[in-house]
Amino acid sequence: MKELKIEFTINGKKRSLSVKPNDLLINIIRNDLFLTGSKYGCGIGECGACTVLINGEPVLSCLTLAATVDGKEITTIEGLAKGNELHPMQIAFLNNAAVQCGFCTPSMILTATALLKENPNPTEDEIRDYIRGNICRCTGYIQIVKAIESCAEGGESEPI
Amino acid sequence: MQTNTKILAQEFEYIAPKTLNEALSLLDKYKDKSVRILAGGTDLLVKMKTIDLKTDYLINIKNIPELKFIETDEGLKIGATVPLSHIEKIEKVREKYPALYEGIKSMAAIAIRNMATMPGNICNASPAADAVPPLVAYNAEVKLVSKRGERTVLVEDFVTGVGKTVIEADELVTQVNIPEINKNSGSAFSKKSRVKADIAKINLAVYLERESNICKDCKIVLGSVAVKAIRAKEAESLLKGQTVSTSLIDKVAKKASEEIKPIDDIRSSVEYRTDIARVMVEDTIKIAWERAGGKL
Repeated sequence: MKELKIEFTINGKKRSLSVKPNDLLINIIRNDLFLTGSKYGCGIGECGACTVLINGEPVLSCLTLAATVDGKEITTIEGLAKGNELHPMQIAFLNNAAVQCGFCTPSMILTATALLKENPNPTEDEIRDYIRGNICRCTGYIQIVKAIESCAEGGESEPI
Repeated sequence: MQTNTKILAQEFEYIAPKTLNEALSLLDKYKDKSVRILAGGTDLLVKMKTIDLKTDYLINIKNIPELKFIETDEGLKIGATVPLSHIEKIEKVREKYPALYEGIKSMAAIAIRNMATMPGNICNASPAADAVPPLVAYNAEVKLVSKRGERTVLVEDFVTGVGKTVIEADELVTQVNIPEINKNSGSAFSKKSRVKADIAKINLAVYLERESNICKDCKIVLGSVAVKAIRAKEAESLLKGQTVSTSLIDKVAKKASEEIKPIDDIRSSVEYRTDIARVMVEDTIKIAWERAGGKL
C-alpha cells in the first residue's frame, strides 16, 4: 500500500505524517502522537469513547481514516487545558464527581463542550440527548449531566 | 475468526478526488474492479472491519466542493456529502419536513450524524434506514451521475432489497432532491428502538394532504418490516379521499399492519412488530393530520 503524506493541526500544533490508507485516526493519535486520552472502546461506533473534535465537531476517530484528516483541525482532550489551567468543563467534571473509572470522560467532556458551543443553555433533556452516543458503563450520568448543566449559562461554573 | 475492530486490517488504494469530474473518471476507469465510495464511513468502515467487506479502491468524495451544498429555494436539494447534523439544522427541514427532521434526529448520536450522509443511508440500503421512510413519503429522488450522463430515480425505486440498489458501478449519487410540499399537508415520523440511539425495530413516516376534513392524498411508509422500506398501499387507499375520523384511522392502521412482512430477528419478533405497527400507524397518522391543520 502506498503511504500518504498528510498535514493537519492537532491541539493547535501543526503535524505532518506519513500514513497508510487503512490507518485509523484513533491509532495515529494514540500510537504515533502518544495522545492516549482518546480511548478505543468498541471500534464500531456504539460507545463514543474515541470521540475527538474535527473542525470543532465531535466525530468518532475509530471510524475515521487518518488519510481523510489532511488539512483538518483536530482537538483531543489533551488540547482543552491551557498549560496548567484546566478547561471549565474539566473543572466542572471534577467538582461534580462526574468521573468514576474515567474511560468515557475525555469523550464526554469533548462532546459536552461541543454541545454548549451549539446551545449555550440546554435543558436536561437536550444534554442527555446530545451525549446519548457516549456510553458511561459506571452509569454516572446524573453527575455528568450536573457537570454539564453547571457550565451552561447561569450555571455555577465559569462559562465556556 | 474473531473480529478485531481496533484496526482496519484489509489493504486498499485510497484516492481523494478534488472535483466531481475526477471522481466520475475514476469510477469509469475502475468500473470492473471493486470500488467503494467513502463519504461518512460510519456504515462502510464498520462493515470493512466486521463482515469482511473487501474493496480494492476506496474513493473519498468528501473533498469535492460540488457535492457540498444545500438549496432551499424550491423544495430541498442536498449535496451528497452534507452530514446529517447539518441537514437537521436547516430551518426549512424543521418547519416543512418534520418527518425527515425527526427521522434524522432519531439516528445514532451526534458524532455519527456529524459524519454520516443521507446518500450513505440510502445506498447502504438497510431495511431499517431511518432517512428512507420520510424520503419515500416526500417523493424524494436521488440524482445519479456518471461519465455516460445523469438520471434521477425515486428513493422508493432506488432501493430494491437488503443492501441492494439500482446504482450502476460507474455511477455516483450526487444529490437528493425533495419536492416542495403542499400547503395543507402534514407529516410525521416515529420509531421504536430499545434505546434512543439504537437501530429501529420498526420505523415509519406518514405524509398526508388535507382538504377541509378530507384526506386528499397520503403516503404511509414503514421500515424494518420487509426487505426494504415499503408503502402500505392498501391502507393508503382506505384513507385517500375519505373524511378522516378516529374510526377510519383505526381501520387504516389495522390494514397497514396486515400489509407488512416482518421477520423475527435479534431486535424484535413478527408478533411484536405486527402489533406495534398498528399502534404506531394510528398515532403517526393522528400527528400528521393535526400538523396538516386537521381536527378529529
